[in-house]
Amino acid sequence: MATLTTRRSASRVPAPPAWLTGAGALVALLGLLPIAYLLILAAGSDESAIALALRDRTLGVLARTLVLAATVTTASVLVALPLAWLTTRSDLPGRRWWGVLSVLPLVVPSYVGGYAVVAAFGPRGTLQSLLEPLGITRLPELYGFPGAALALTLFSFPYIVLSVRGALLRLDPAYEEVSRSLGRGPWRTFWTVTIPQLRPAIAAGALLVALYSLADFGAVSLLQFDSFTRAIYVQYRASFDPTLAAVLALMLVTCTGGVLLAESRLRGRARYDRAGAGAARPPATVSLGAWRWLALAFCSVVVGLSVVMPVGTIAFWLIRGVSAGEPLNLVWDATLNSVLASALAAVLAVLASIPVAVLAVRHRNWVGVLIERATYAGFALPGIVIGLAFVFVAARFLPAIYQTLPLLLLAYLVRFAPEAVGVTRASLLQVSPRIEEVARTLGRRPGAVLREVTLPIIRPGLIAGGALVFLTAMKELPTTILLAPTGFDTLAVRIWSATSEGFFARAAAPALLMVIVAAFSLTVVLRRERDR
Amino acid sequence: MTATVERPSVTMPQMSDPSDAPQLAFRTLALTKRFGDVTAVDGVDLDVRRGEFLAVLGPSGCGKTTLLRLVAGFERPDGGGIEVGGRVVAGPRRHLPPEERRIGMVFQESALFPHLDVAGNIGFGLARRDRQRRIAELVALVGLAGLQRRMPHELSGGQQQRVALARALAPHPALILLDEPFSSLDATLRSQLRGDVREILRSAGATTLFVTHDQGEALEISDRVAVMRAGRIEQVSTPDELYLRPVNRFVAGFVGEANLLPGEVRHGEVQTLVGRFRAGHGALADGVRAEVLLRPEQLHMLQVDRLSSAPRPESVLTVVRRVFHGSEVHHVLRSPTGFEFEVATPSSATIEVGTRVIAHARAREVPVYPLDAE
Ligand SMILES: Nc1ncnc2c1ncn2[C@@H]1O[C@H](COP(=O)(O)OP(=O)(O)OP(=O)(O)O)[C@@H](O)[C@H]1O
Ligand SMILES: [Mg+2]
Repeated sequence: MATLTTRRSASRVPAPPAWLTGAGALVALLGLLPIAYLLILAAGSDESAIALALRDRTLGVLARTLVLAATVTTASVLVALPLAWLTTRSDLPGRRWWGVLSVLPLVVPSYVGGYAVVAAFGPRGTLQSLLEPLGITRLPELYGFPGAALALTLFSFPYIVLSVRGALLRLDPAYEEVSRSLGRGPWRTFWTVTIPQLRPAIAAGALLVALYSLADFGAVSLLQFDSFTRAIYVQYRASFDPTLAAVLALMLVTCTGGVLLAESRLRGRARYDRAGAGAARPPATVSLGAWRWLALAFCSVVVGLSVVMPVGTIAFWLIRGVSAGEPLNLVWDATLNSVLASALAAVLAVLASIPVAVLAVRHRNWVGVLIERATYAGFALPGIVIGLAFVFVAARFLPAIYQTLPLLLLAYLVRFAPEAVGVTRASLLQVSPRIEEVARTLGRRPGAVLREVTLPIIRPGLIAGGALVFLTAMKELPTTILLAPTGFDTLAVRIWSATSEGFFARAAAPALLMVIVAAFSLTVVLRRERDR
Repeated sequence: MTATVERPSVTMPQMSDPSDAPQLAFRTLALTKRFGDVTAVDGVDLDVRRGEFLAVLGPSGCGKTTLLRLVAGFERPDGGGIEVGGRVVAGPRRHLPPEERRIGMVFQESALFPHLDVAGNIGFGLARRDRQRRIAELVALVGLAGLQRRMPHELSGGQQQRVALARALAPHPALILLDEPFSSLDATLRSQLRGDVREILRSAGATTLFVTHDQGEALEISDRVAVMRAGRIEQVSTPDELYLRPVNRFVAGFVGEANLLPGEVRHGEVQTLVGRFRAGHGALADGVRAEVLLRPEQLHMLQVDRLSSAPRPESVLTVVRRVFHGSEVHHVLRSPTGFEFEVATPSSATIEVGTRVIAHARAREVPVYPLDAE
């Protein structure tokens, strides 16, 4: 299949129908709207935007943000790599369970994770109350960098676990066997043969973690670390002049764009993991021997911190809240709102992904490539930036839809379309163009081919993409707090308003529901990983 | 006939005869397609009679797939035109989309719709009206009765290709295009399926354009074969004509095993290592260098030891290698000047390596190709 798609290059692409290009262009333009508006804002400021950007305070924010992202990414790789390997290639006892547990942290939104970190390790937190009898009354300072780095690492490393594990499973064991037969021991083979083949997967996962930590708003705010997102939010709240916020946002976008570019450079030189589609021989399992106690301890610590701790914290505060008479009934309306908004966002994002992916895969001329790239711009746009841009645009030009559900959904669409495009595109690449051509010879127009052949074939991919968008939209905080209609409280908004004011008990019930709904959609996303 | 001169396509005269026009299912005229600098299809004239099975045979990259894609409507020609069933489907100012051409297509990969079962695949191109009846008919025709409810991944490679063929035949297309449909199958299955497919197409009365780079396949099942090279059609003939009288050295070498023995024309005859052959029509003047086509089975050997008189030394050959082909053995002979060619004998009459022999041709009228003509 791979050779097929690469051979039909350049001029063998048929011209796309006009409606397809139109739909794709619309999605792309929507994706470019936020940046365009922020640029206009920044350009129109009294003080020069460059001077604003070069102020000491701004440069400090820049440095802090980059250091945080680098630390979180490195730490995540160090945690994820052994986990991925242990859960795919070793005889770790309970391997499958550890495998599930190691991606579960993905259902914990960063602001819930941040809240759990504060509740567990903060002043007057669980750990301290446990240590108090031993005479320890002061813990190292948690707020600021250490807490933010810890929280972000704990809840984003699974992105790397997922991508590396996928690569490990697809890896052709023949390479390692050849290396062993040429006289290299298992350890040298691992470093010289396995790791180099994993590099693209590590890069892809690290990209997601880096983007996650650059864009995160919830954890850094709760842990009071002044990175870009928090600075932007504070700036926006503090003054009516949007210029500085816009400049900060553009600087943040430059960072995320730079990370994206760096990763695509790395990936450009990568190739397919397995030579043919041939029978997927499962790689040999490595026996850990006595090391398995160390491995078990490692897994336990990671899972303890990233799964047990947040769930335990939520449960602790939930019980405490209920026993103190905290009302539970209020949560249901927020759950409903969350599910409604996320489900609509998922449907919209998947629908929007179809023309973009079809243009990029089947009609790969410059228009198709341009549209695809423009849509991917959304990846570089943190939620706070998109939210802010839509607030400004709506307040200025479309006051009628300011603070309505459609505007929120539009912002979600820009934020999450890239995720959906990624999955749709990958599914589409697995469908041979010959299948669509056969349908044409059997009397179907391009639109009918899409409806009757292509979409039904890639339906599992569309569902997985939708579930992914649903999951992330559920967790999305900054876009939601900036754009949710008044009175339209989602779980994210509830948790945020409770935790940011220190009402941990009140945050527990929505956090629990959030985690449950998110876990459910994660299983849908992961089912696809297994099917491949 | 010797020294065949390049002729236009055999059926050309019929095209101008109106009474035969309805007989013609398909034709191309000066069809041309370029990709940048590469002219993938270069002025191709082809025609196929109704019910005929025509193979397009050529080496990899000669433009076979491009030709089929032009006919099917997936590519726009840069020149020339295409007629299907008397209707112009592509030409200057006209380009019918694939869905309006009434052409069935079968690819190398079966390209079955993975989300539809066998019946769903076969019925895809059918109108609702007598869909069920036609599906049943075709399932029986391709010998898959009882498998209607199977999904594509539950079928073997050969079964998948049968379904793909049934799917293409179902809407009664004016023309069926097959692009190397057997090449993804293993050898035994391939030769069995190729016979079956031919039979199915014959009983369906389908007109077929079949593309392959496997000459055995083309010769075995086609009514006529068009040999293609670098975008051009070199010859269109029946399989035996093609084998016995290829129009040039390329076709000779591509179809079957060919010995091209060099020689010089003298008195209207070409003198070679293995004897003299008529230079045909007296077209070749004395002194012209030429090559004579002799198939391995047209030659036979005599052992020098057993000859009554000593042969001329320059015609004594040595057996340097033997290649076993089952019923036949091919002997590679080397002349004193180092020229090598092959002679076939029945396996029972093989001669040891190292034996000195002389070779003779059984035929005297064989194709002759002047060396400076090409
Ligand atoms: N989209 C394209 N862009 C550029 N060149 C192309 C394209 N498609 C085909 N070609 C070129 O046109 C020529 C003919 O290609 P085609 O695929 O028709 O060959 P083929 O005879 O079917 O070969 P094979 O037996 O390998 O399938 C080749 O030189 C090929 O490289
Ligand atoms: Mg081909």
